[in-house]
Amino acid sequence: MADTPKSVIVSPIFANNPIALQILGICSALAVTSSLSVAIVMGIAVCLVTAFSSMFISMIRNQIPSSIRIIVQMTIIASLVIVVDQMLKAYAYETSKQLSVFVGLIITNCIVMGRAEAYAMKNGPVMSFIDGIGNGLGYTVVLLFVGFIRELFGSGSLFGIQILEKINDGGWYLPNGMMLLPPSAFFIIAGFIWLIRTWQPAQNESAEFKIAPNTQVKEAV
Amino acid sequence: MFEYYVSLLVKAIFVENMALAFFLGMCTFLAVSKKVDAALGLGIAVVVVQVITVPVNNLIYNNLLREGALVWTGMEGAESIDLSFLGYLSYIGVIAAMVQILEMFLDKFVPALYNALGVFLPLITVNCAILGASLFMVERDYTFGESVVYGAGAGIGWALAIVALAGIREKLKYSDVPKGLEGLGITFVTVGLMSLGFMSFSGVQL
Repeated sequence: MADTPKSVIVSPIFANNPIALQILGICSALAVTSSLSVAIVMGIAVCLVTAFSSMFISMIRNQIPSSIRIIVQMTIIASLVIVVDQMLKAYAYETSKQLSVFVGLIITNCIVMGRAEAYAMKNGPVMSFIDGIGNGLGYTVVLLFVGFIRELFGSGSLFGIQILEKINDGGWYLPNGMMLLPPSAFFIIAGFIWLIRTWQPAQNESAEFKIAPNTQVKEAV
Repeated sequence: MFEYYVSLLVKAIFVENMALAFFLGMCTFLAVSKKVDAALGLGIAVVVVQVITVPVNNLIYNNLLREGALVWTGMEGAESIDLSFLGYLSYIGVIAAMVQILEMFLDKFVPALYNALGVFLPLITVNCAILGASLFMVERDYTFGESVVYGAGAGIGWALAIVALAGIREKLKYSDVPKGLEGLGITFVTVGLMSLGFMSFSGVQL
């Protein structure tokens, strides 16, 4: 793949999605998606942290001794997350309460570490920054997709604005409470992966075993 | 008192299962659950690290970081020093250091266990379940004793979940899964169903 800025930003969104294909950063993707506005804040936070941590790590990549690089990366990422956390507490206090520990868990979000390790250690600061944005966007897209479905069917609203009138408020829509419960996120992400892989069959994993067709049982004699 | 700790332990293992109720440590949870042996090794390593790191982080938070915690130094104006914003940096540092120490300790004194766990120990540093347990401990303001029990419960719950999933996946590979859902997709569906099952514990009052 030629590393033009455009391909670096677009490819992680669908073709090489960090969640659907690389199984990275799933923890927070599931927990913060019961409402769309929280999902957006989380997406932006992850975008910024990934982009800036990739950039800073890339800037000093030639100075980091490889034996302690994980600690150095962790320190940079943790510092950025502290900045994001303090910003959220100052300007979006309600949302930061809803996100609770998950802002802190951006530190261990595998996307951030994964990009630092796989891309930023080998490429220049500008490209690393763009790569971070691209992967953050890929994460945000999945978050928004899941958040959209969960909020629309779970509470009949989008961004807190009522779209489907609930029966309790005299409307017609009976909210599907299951959508607000954690397990629904698993099913929706499974569906998302299925969709992407049907669209791009190259991402299919090959089965470990091939099931042989049924053979007809014949009588011995 | 004893009953309180038992109920805290049961709550941490079943009702607030790290993997199935809070989705923490999902990356390793999905990646290392193909074989029961490997899952069991990782599970034990997680329990050990949790039991050590959560109490240590509890001590750090209560004696160094929280507002007014530095009073014991006798510094002037120590009551108003609030270092809790440094939390993330200290917790992840403690976790990374603990994992490193544990690795060296096992290598020196228990080589058999080191060989069994060796591959998984470094993975634990970036396991969100570990950091998550420390953050929950801070958020809920546990005492030292509670944090030991909570760390053990969180670790055991996670280990239980990954071993169960590995057991299911070992059987699952012989089944005929629709194209596109194979591998990752069907694993998600499985975990979703397991998580539904664990939700039945959420009504338990202790």
